Amino acid sequence: MNVVNVLLILPAAGFLAVLLLPRSRPDAAKIAALAVSLAVFLLSLSIAAPVHGDGAELKFVTDVQWIASPDIRYHVGVDGLSVWLVILTALLTPICVLISWRYIERRVKEFYAFLLLLEVGLIGVFVAWDLFLFYVFWELSLVPMYFLIGIWGHERRIYAAVKFFLFTMAGSVLMLAAIIYLYLRAGTFDYVVLQEQMASGQLMLTTGEQLLLFLAFFLAFAIKVPLFPLHTWLPDAHVEAPSAGSVMLASVMLKMGTYGLLRFCLPMFPNAARQCAPWIIVLAIIGIIYGALVSLVQPNMKKLVAYSSVSHLGFVVLGIFTFNEIALDGAVYQMLNHGISTGALFMLVGFLYERRHSLEIADYGGVATPAPNLAAAFLITTLASIGLPLLNNFVGEFLVLQGAALVNFRWAVFAAIGVILSACYMLWMYQRAFFGETPEEVRSHVYDLRAREWAAILPLIALMLWMGIGTGAFLPPIQALNRTVLEQTKSNAEFLVKETPPRPPLRTENGAGAGRGLLNAR
Amino acid sequence: MPASLFPPYEDLLRILPEIVLTIAGTLVMVLEPALRPERKRLLGGIAIAGLLVALWGTAVANLFRGPAFHQMVVVDGFATFFRALVIVVGILAVLCSIHYLQRERPDSGEYYALVLFSVVGQSVMAAANELIMIFIGLEISSIATYVLAGYLRDDRRNNESAIKYFLLGSFATAFLLYGIAWIYGAAGTTNLVEIRRVLSTPELAPPRFLVGVSAALMFVGFAFKVSAAPFQVWAPDVYQGAPAPVTAFMSAGPKAAAFAIFLRVYMTAFEPISNRWEPVVWLSALATMFVGNFAALLQNNIKRLLAYSSIAHAGYVMVAVSAHSEIGTAAAMFYLAAYAFMNVGAFAVVTHFARQGEKYVDVDDLAGLGHRQPVTAALFSIFLLSLIGIPLTGGFFGKFYIFKAALEAKLYWLTVIGLLNSAVAAYYYLRILVVMYFHEPGEAAQTVSPVAPGVKIALWASAAGTLLLGIFPSVILDFADRSAALMK
Repeated sequence: MNVVNVLLILPAAGFLAVLLLPRSRPDAAKIAALAVSLAVFLLSLSIAAPVHGDGAELKFVTDVQWIASPDIRYHVGVDGLSVWLVILTALLTPICVLISWRYIERRVKEFYAFLLLLEVGLIGVFVAWDLFLFYVFWELSLVPMYFLIGIWGHERRIYAAVKFFLFTMAGSVLMLAAIIYLYLRAGTFDYVVLQEQMASGQLMLTTGEQLLLFLAFFLAFAIKVPLFPLHTWLPDAHVEAPSAGSVMLASVMLKMGTYGLLRFCLPMFPNAARQCAPWIIVLAIIGIIYGALVSLVQPNMKKLVAYSSVSHLGFVVLGIFTFNEIALDGAVYQMLNHGISTGALFMLVGFLYERRHSLEIADYGGVATPAPNLAAAFLITTLASIGLPLLNNFVGEFLVLQGAALVNFRWAVFAAIGVILSACYMLWMYQRAFFGETPEEVRSHVYDLRAREWAAILPLIALMLWMGIGTGAFLPPIQALNRTVLEQTKSNAEFLVKETPPRPPLRTENGAGAGRGLLNAR
Repeated sequence: MPASLFPPYEDLLRILPEIVLTIAGTLVMVLEPALRPERKRLLGGIAIAGLLVALWGTAVANLFRGPAFHQMVVVDGFATFFRALVIVVGILAVLCSIHYLQRERPDSGEYYALVLFSVVGQSVMAAANELIMIFIGLEISSIATYVLAGYLRDDRRNNESAIKYFLLGSFATAFLLYGIAWIYGAAGTTNLVEIRRVLSTPELAPPRFLVGVSAALMFVGFAFKVSAAPFQVWAPDVYQGAPAPVTAFMSAGPKAAAFAIFLRVYMTAFEPISNRWEPVVWLSALATMFVGNFAALLQNNIKRLLAYSSIAHAGYVMVAVSAHSEIGTAAAMFYLAAYAFMNVGAFAVVTHFARQGEKYVDVDDLAGLGHRQPVTAALFSIFLLSLIGIPLTGGFFGKFYIFKAALEAKLYWLTVIGLLNSAVAAYYYLRILVVMYFHEPGEAAQTVSPVAPGVKIALWASAAGTLLLGIFPSVILDFADRSAALMK
């Protein structure tokens, strides 16, 4: 049987199983959730190798009819863009189970049930190739996250949960209208068929249609990313969610937005996308700088990390809308990087919260003394997040900046300010929390990493290093896919970059990935 | 040879559900005085048995499709669909009522007879092909419902509800009757197919003014019955005041039947002048959605909240009506079916939770229900998520088909505004979820008793229906698609 189906069925079955477990045995729920999510993760690894060969081709396809009229299909598959996001989701779910092991004490089985349901929704979003199916998973992922924030969150959880739900819902209803409209024009929800029809000229959208459809899709995705000025739900949701919720939200859910932009907005409405690109890029750059500036003044650790997400996701959007292959590769790479490093940051902040029961930076200080290993893990993650060479974020940010500079040098200059600011706010926070005097509360409450916490954080740190050094293991399918996407956006559109500026034959220390991308930029 | 006095037996089979229901209703009436109060629940069993036999009768009648009694009624897919729908709503309502009635007024059993007669009226409406039949069906259904709304006669809220419903309802029915008189004067017939023929034949066509007035007057009557703006004002008061299971029944059955005649009259008789009534329905749909959703945002009483939500949902169905196409009709049919399940389910929870004298009907009273009775709360969540329109529930597919039909009819603005409205609606449904799951249990939730068996069956059945329509919508939709072509 197709592995991708198993990746959807297994957590769904796990969801039902955990829900049916007796309330009196919370441990059984934890163990079941861990077992299911680990099994999903191990299975998900098997999709990597086949897709690695050719990222542009759709693999592991299942295409059966779900509803006869209108023709809605259960069409799933993975390609170079989905593959890493699916694996990322599958990796983070067991990690989230681990970090919640002790922290969640009330309504334990419901928590793990919702976590597994969330996994179904998220994986579903990344593997759906039928627009309708995509929308179903898109909305479905909303419900468990709403409950995760609302039941197990911090003080202002209700406000945050409702805001999160309403923002996403408001954006996605227009996407639904656009999806139905496309169906009425093309007679299909199937994305592959739609693309064929567009490529062959069978389906021609007028400029106005394309623009409106693009905007309807774009709004839904931009809220999810979130793009400035639609980001206001994000700090609330991230801060109020329990650690596991914050991790899933930041690492995977935000990527639903950027994934949608790259998967649907660009290839389906290339002209409109190009038309709007300068405006979107301006918003992205504002987001990069604004997010970084707000992070700089946050007294609350979780809020700081949350706003840094706004800044980092700005890079991704910038990369996507430059229509440059290098920047696109960087954007996708950055999606994964952000998932890993910000996910790790939220986890580590969660560890601190479990010990000291505070998120205020001012309540900490000198944590490195009682908890050296925690401090070390936090430092590596911090450095990864600010883009230190040899760690993962550097690769992504570098590629985005390089690609953006090739198209418009000013974009790169402004975006680079965000990189500098990220070093400021992250290192400053690290200094205040981990160095200096150790107050009595910290000394008595903060202990070092436990085995379970090691198990949760180590895979992510390993990945930060691996993705920072061994880009060749991750980039090829992404590059292959991005070439196709760019090809699709060129159909009946003149390329925005009339000529690439002459460039010296430079070699980056970062070897294969960047250098190869550069040669392809034409 | 003159026609025999006794109608042919096919004609009788075509009204089999009505015959069965009338017999069952009469049986209940006859047995009622003979039973001691503690045995009155038997009557509920008889009512359910009668409804189940009527459901089978609907299937039998469906085998003999065609007009009967000189074109007074017609059995087609459309009629069968709505007959089955109102009967199922009747079953669910009776299931919710048995325990409620034992608690509130154990000495009386006419209640079940009234439900059965109301269903008879709705069933007649579903199959009526002629304005007089429509009127008769509407009256049978309405009068029984008026009485049901005031069934607990010692309760002031019930009295207010019944009086309001009766006065305003009679007034609206008078408009309908007046409209019927006008079109009879103009077209010389009350048969829908004939009216259509007259209106679409240029040499026969009566003055447009007469037809327009008639359509407008009838619109008032129908809009009142489906609680569409600007004739929705009665609904919140009546829904709030009536006994909870009656509200469950009223908000689903009579509404579906009223939409059935609305669709049949406007899609058959008045279809030749559709370009005239479409803007009116369009505006009404828009106003209905806005009034329902925005007023619901402010409600604290859960019955009142669901009443406004029911107005909003009527607005969505009006969107489908204003698409005036077969796809729109099918979408409206599907939506009404999905709506019946999710709304009756929601009211079943209210019935269960309100307790003696309907003490706990505020949204805040539900605090912590998710803690105390996780299964009930989970089922309620399914209904609420369906009312919001989250995928894998019937409510989502209902909205999807309606807005698909609207886009196909090029009603772009109505679609966009309607969809945004449904995002607004999410807020007040979420509020119930918030209170139920995110608040600490309050006094009301602490003292909640186990769910009564009848209500439990109704809850599970409604949830199963909601999910079935959400995961395999084809089971109903295919039938609706085939039945949407009305006799013309």
